[in-house]
Amino acid sequence: MCNKEVTTSHVPSHPKYDKLVTNAAGRIVPTVINGRPQVPYMGVGKYKPDGFRAAPKLSSCVDFPADGNKVIPTLKEALLKAGLRNGITISTHHHFRNGDLVATQIFDIAHELGIKDLMWYPSASFPCHEPMTKYLEDGTINRIEGSMNGALGKFTSEGKMKGLGVLRSHGGRYQAVQDGEVHIDIAVIAAPTADFFGDANGVNGSAACGPLGFALADSEYADKVIVVTDNLVPFPCIPWQINGNRVDYVVVMDKIGIPEKIVSGTTEITKSPDRLLLAEWSAKFCDEAGLIYDGFSFQAGAGGTALSIGIYFSEILRERGWKARFARGGSNKYLVKMLEEGLVEYILDGQTFDLDGVRSMRDNPHHTWTSPFTSYNYHGKGNFSSIVDIVILGATEVDVNFNANVVTHSDGYLLHGIGGWQNTLFGKCVILPVPLFRDRNPVIRDEVTTICGPGELIDVIVTERGIAINPLRTDLIEKMKNSSLPIKTIQDLKEEAERICGVPDKPKFTDEVVAVVKWVDGTVLDSIKKIAK
Amino acid sequence: MGAIAATGNKGKGIRSDCFVSLELTDQGGIQLTVESKVAVMYGADIRKQVLDVIDFFGISNATIKVEDSGALPLVIAARVEAAIKNCLDTDKDYLPPLLDENRYSTAKDRNRFSRLYLPGNSPSLMINAGIHKPDGIILDLEDAVAPDKKDEARFLVRNALCGINFYGAERMVRINQGERGLEDLEYLVPHHVNLILLPKCEQPEQVHAVNKKIAEIVNRKSSIVNPIWIMPIIESALGVINAHSIASSADNVVSLAIGLEDYTADLGTRRTLEGTESFFARSMVVNAARAAGIQPIDSVFSDVGDMEGLYQNVLRSKALGFDGMGCIHPRQIRVIHEAFAPSPEEIEKAKKIVFAFHKAREQGLGVVALGTKMIDPPVVKRALNTINLALKMNKLAENWRETYVQ
Repeated sequence: MCNKEVTTSHVPSHPKYDKLVTNAAGRIVPTVINGRPQVPYMGVGKYKPDGFRAAPKLSSCVDFPADGNKVIPTLKEALLKAGLRNGITISTHHHFRNGDLVATQIFDIAHELGIKDLMWYPSASFPCHEPMTKYLEDGTINRIEGSMNGALGKFTSEGKMKGLGVLRSHGGRYQAVQDGEVHIDIAVIAAPTADFFGDANGVNGSAACGPLGFALADSEYADKVIVVTDNLVPFPCIPWQINGNRVDYVVVMDKIGIPEKIVSGTTEITKSPDRLLLAEWSAKFCDEAGLIYDGFSFQAGAGGTALSIGIYFSEILRERGWKARFARGGSNKYLVKMLEEGLVEYILDGQTFDLDGVRSMRDNPHHTWTSPFTSYNYHGKGNFSSIVDIVILGATEVDVNFNANVVTHSDGYLLHGIGGWQNTLFGKCVILPVPLFRDRNPVIRDEVTTICGPGELIDVIVTERGIAINPLRTDLIEKMKNSSLPIKTIQDLKEEAERICGVPDKPKFTDEVVAVVKWVDGTVLDSIKKIAK
Repeated sequence: MGAIAATGNKGKGIRSDCFVSLELTDQGGIQLTVESKVAVMYGADIRKQVLDVIDFFGISNATIKVEDSGALPLVIAARVEAAIKNCLDTDKDYLPPLLDENRYSTAKDRNRFSRLYLPGNSPSLMINAGIHKPDGIILDLEDAVAPDKKDEARFLVRNALCGINFYGAERMVRINQGERGLEDLEYLVPHHVNLILLPKCEQPEQVHAVNKKIAEIVNRKSSIVNPIWIMPIIESALGVINAHSIASSADNVVSLAIGLEDYTADLGTRRTLEGTESFFARSMVVNAARAAGIQPIDSVFSDVGDMEGLYQNVLRSKALGFDGMGCIHPRQIRVIHEAFAPSPEEIEKAKKIVFAFHKAREQGLGVVALGTKMIDPPVVKRALNTINLALKMNKLAENWRETYVQ
């Protein structure tokens, strides 16, 4: 399944993509991507591949130092020992968000060594990864499969990336590794605390970031695993979120992350009155529809509006003397406050957004870390996402069929990754609080620029000028019949947006596909095309 | 060289607005440049609209540049028209259509618990103001607009009155002081404004002057049929002394407001949280308004982060006799409404009295009694007011008497 030969002059001979077909979402997608055959999207829950899990090569403990010390002086040496060469796949995680100092260094080293055509497989990218554009330009990196945010998204949209970009959800990333679609040659795991054996965690150290769940698949399935830390502790490193038994090399450096950018200010509750209104109405909707009960569960995304839902949930729970059985993270001080006040019994957390979240995860046994395997993985025997009662998410666009977009903007540019967004759509009630328009940019429209989530999984759209319930949810429509909230049809909302803003023109694309959006099962849901100048 | 003008706003933090620079030229036709955040979706639309405005004013040679940060069409039109009128004398007005939803009138005695101040030259704050459901929205042409932006703000406020749906809020405008304020009325009166706030009011003559100007405009334009109310703002020692003559100066004066920042400055003191320095003035305004049979309205509470402080402030204001308060942030609206609304205890007490009142009437009795206790007429009147308010605010069912158990 993967080429283990060391190649010195690797030139990909295959085209970026091939053989376009129309998939079950009505989108035209390639069936060959970067030389690999693909299955077009078939519908929700329709694709169930046969076969076995991918597996890394057997290791033998006798090949590793008996004293347990795997420390290598520099990242460069570790990468070379791990077999850094042309055309391989290197993975990183995004627990440091915009404060990551490690990922770029890997490609600095590769560039210095004249290595070409690497595939970067991050669990997400951030503005701090903008320097990667120069390595995409000079051929050090062939393509990114993961997420292309900001400058990297623009670079991709303008057709400058050599290979085809592939966007996956957090769960989809685990699925792709697990079923062998992506083979990671070298995983570099930046760890806020580690021991010489490679045991590592994210809850201690100056770069503390909470869990390390996004690196779990990498540690389990990559050929070679390098742990990089700036806080080496004597064995054992407790807790060990990453097992040293899966680690080849440990590298110690001065600084692996910028703490204030790891726990960034983007996760503050909004002060915008318009967004607070969206949050308030969303909570009120949940209450009136009977979705909140003693022992319910919820998950809110990282945006300011979604975070604010907690304030209104808290008011309702306090008033009734109820509590939520669990809340899914990303956690932050507001969710931790709910936990500590006894309004939430457990936080099942994939990432922490601030130091309160890190502290709580470290010290409170009711605040536990999760990974994309437990939360989202398609090849698991079930996962957590479908157990959650209420899911609150954002979107850049929603269409009249409730399809939603999170990766491109209405001007056609790729700007965001999918994150866990697609995976959480399997919650029992999915609510998108979004403004009807941003400045003069209607959010509700005839057709989304890129489809990331099929409308059948999206139940409620809450805007400041009305709330639309998916016609498939006759139960919710029935419950909200006499609601005090302004319930409208999605068509009404679209027309209202157009009455205020005017009917928007669509962005102009060339026919060239520059990236694809994968569905949670690994099938190809949509194509992102090159912007026409 | 022709006339040059620049209007609107641009730069960091500016949203839903545009900056227009215009130079009238002698030849070369119309040279239009549009740079827009939403160029992909609306670039063609914006060009078409700008050319339409230019054509409307009969301009055939000009260099014009629009730097747009997502302005709605009515904002773009206002900015372009303001730029043109800076360069050109014309009687023509480029008006957006008056929305059907905006053709409502307001009752003289409607609730005026909250009125949200919006700077008259900041379109981003206007667009969603109505969704927060204040009783009134004030488009402010006075203190919230920089002196050099006052002309262009008139076009924006006028277009907002025509084209922005405020979802039932009373459509108010605070005009400037003196002659400029009277000129402001030309941009407001024909466009279904519900209420004019008259700042720094010290004499009844100021109200008369506004009414004279309104009458003159109404006479000129027969299409104006809605009532236009006036809310004078008392902001000086002299204003306080003349409060009653101002409150009773005209039939369309519906409420009397107090502005404490200017008032305390006039007194030579500072505003405090306890408000001892303004106790006299507030009491005077309440008393003058009540004597004239209109609503006394309190000043704004400036700390938008302190909701508990605001709540306590409203309770004090209500206890002094005020019927409403200004607000400067949408988050203040709900707190103000909650605090001015009758409390559950007040409603319960009022229900008892009003129920007894109706029972007495049905039995043809002239005296209302609760058990062996006689209820004085003013107490009955207050209870009736409380019930009406509770009904209006959905705190009581319309048919409550059918299910009421004594």
